[in-house]
Amino acid sequence: MVRIFVCVKQAVDVSQLKVDSATRRVITLDAPKKISDFDKNALEEAIRVKEKLGGEVFSVTVGPEDAKTTLREALAMGADKAFLISDPIFENSDTLATSYILAEAIKKIGPFDLILCGEASIDSFSAQVGPRLADRLGIPLITYARKLDLEGDAVTAERSLEDCSQTMRAKTPALITVTKEINEPRIPSLMAIMKASKKEIVLWKAADANIASEKVGESGSAVQVLDILAPKMERKKIVIKGETPTESAEKLAKALVQEGVIGR
Amino acid sequence: MSEDRGIWVYSENKELMLELLGKGSELASKLNTRLTAAVLGHDVKEQAKELVGYGAQKVVIVDNPQLREFQVEPYLSALTQLTQQHKPELFLIGSTRRGKELAARLAARLNVGCVPDCQELNVDDQGRLLAGRIVYGGNAIVTQVFRIKPQIVTIPRRRFEKSEYKETSKGEIIDAENIQVEPSKTQVVAVKPIEVAETKIEEARVVVGGGRGLDKKEDFKILDELAQILGGQVGYTRPLAEDRKWFTEWVGLSGHAISPELYIACGISGVIQHVAGIRDSKIIVAINKDPEAPIVEMADYIVIGDLYEIVPALSVALRKLLAST
Ligand SMILES: Cc1cc2nc3c(=O)[nH]c(=O)nc-3n(C[C@H](O)[C@H](O)[C@H](O)COP(=O)(O)OP(=O)(O)OC[C@H]3O[C@@H](n4cnc5c(N)ncnc54)[C@H](O)[C@@H]3O)c2cc1C
Ligand SMILES: Nc1ncnc2c1ncn2[C@@H]1O[C@H](COP(=O)(O)O)[C@@H](O)[C@H]1O
Repeated sequence: MVRIFVCVKQAVDVSQLKVDSATRRVITLDAPKKISDFDKNALEEAIRVKEKLGGEVFSVTVGPEDAKTTLREALAMGADKAFLISDPIFENSDTLATSYILAEAIKKIGPFDLILCGEASIDSFSAQVGPRLADRLGIPLITYARKLDLEGDAVTAERSLEDCSQTMRAKTPALITVTKEINEPRIPSLMAIMKASKKEIVLWKAADANIASEKVGESGSAVQVLDILAPKMERKKIVIKGETPTESAEKLAKALVQEGVIGR
Repeated sequence: MSEDRGIWVYSENKELMLELLGKGSELASKLNTRLTAAVLGHDVKEQAKELVGYGAQKVVIVDNPQLREFQVEPYLSALTQLTQQHKPELFLIGSTRRGKELAARLAARLNVGCVPDCQELNVDDQGRLLAGRIVYGGNAIVTQVFRIKPQIVTIPRRRFEKSEYKETSKGEIIDAENIQVEPSKTQVVAVKPIEVAETKIEEARVVVGGGRGLDKKEDFKILDELAQILGGQVGYTRPLAEDRKWFTEWVGLSGHAISPELYIACGISGVIQHVAGIRDSKIIVAINKDPEAPIVEMADYIVIGDLYEIVPALSVALRKLLAST
């Protein structure tokens, strides 16, 4: 019987973001949300371990109350229970504050064998929360896992670094961050979705998990956002048309010579 | 124990360390403060001297047999104590996968902030450090400031220039005192080296990019040929490396960021995470059979068609043109 907690972030669906073309401001307010991509890989991996060894998978989220909808998907994939740690005072928390909230919540939820996180979240892509959480809890950490094995009280994982790939081992309880390559997340069946509507989503406010108000939100954060702007992207968008591939290619070649980007 | 404050740099990657010194020197003169490099390892005196040549005004060495190989907890514990003793105001750490973990956990232990993968690092007129990074999958650049110190940032490879080596540079080299090295919590049971490309794609003047529009690894020979004619290199999208395992590197948000004079995207859809890595290219060409592919909106020149026809034809056309000029 294993207990695995998966940290699931409700992220902005970056493929559906809109930009105000006049100001280059990115419109995040009403942007659609979804489970951060790699967190689905983390969920899938946790569920596979559970299917093999038996046990429980809990998903844990710090986010606004409307994250409940997103969490149904985690439950439909196969998580047994979801914890949503939500309080208006959490707004504008950075990775320092978020990892503090997660750590306190996890201590309250109870003992575990593994915590799985995504390599990084799809919207902020900081790869901070997993490592910070492991350090706060004082447990071993293996980052960027693309293969994972749990046996007894030891977890083995493979990961790629820039210059080598490593097989790492640690004693449980441990925290592992996973990459997209570790598996293909399942798409829940209709049955699974229906069953998920009966599963429990535990909602905790700050006080329920002994979270100190001065350590969260803007005042508990170490970094502050000044602005978020879309990068400049002005391209010519000239479509080259030719009767044959050869003709198109010749026109393109001429244009590139005129641009001065080839043939020094 | 002297508190140096000032700016500190550390990376386990030697090249990146020199780039950190380059950026660090620039910031140190803007902020009117000192630049210190931390060197961790065993028998590293020579390395320390070299860093002085590259602009470190001071090098603090932690020499310990337990630091011979990089392992997170031993390195992390040493860096944490160094930071507590010397109280840098800003710590630049190299953004390798190892370095990112190190920086995040250093920040966690010190209860401070960390801005990872900074693309921009400037000082405003109030003397505040502005840290800019790519977010929302390449759709935006966020600028952040720190509310507390030390400020920790990580910096990717080849983002900033390394400083020039000067034989005559002077700097103090000292051994750190009273550093307790914590044992590693994980064990490396096997290591397999990955072949790293010798030529750096960031330095290529022309890059020919290939994506899933190529059906087989062998088909890359048509891109190789085009790249050769242009004196450039071939790059890839992530799925070709991580899913199909044809290559080990890729261009984009989670891979290399490039800024060539010319980027030719062949059979690449132009998903934002890929585009994040090619945004600074001077001219972008898209060769794609789908007129609706997002890359079409990101390109200067677009040819709608089958890359298996267009790319060889382009090689022929360019050969002709280049021969006649
Ligand atoms: C967090 C995160 C980080 C990521 N980081 C990166 C990254 O750094 N770099 C990266 O590349 N990806 C990255 N990705 C993956 C990215 O989202 C896309 O999946 C990937 O870039 C798509 O690769 P592609 O264009 O090769 O394939 P596809 O999207 O499948 O596009 C193939 C294109 O080829 C065209 N085509 C097919 N056949 C032909 C033909 N015969 N002739 C001409 N055109 C043809 C098709 O029309 C299509 O447009 C990341 C994803 C995530 C979630
Ligand atoms: N608000 C959150 N709630 C739950 N888990 C989170 C949250 N933010 C980050 N995580 C976890 O930490 C990982 C890395 O996130 P980040 O540091 O934002 O890149 C994610 O993939 C999640 O597993």
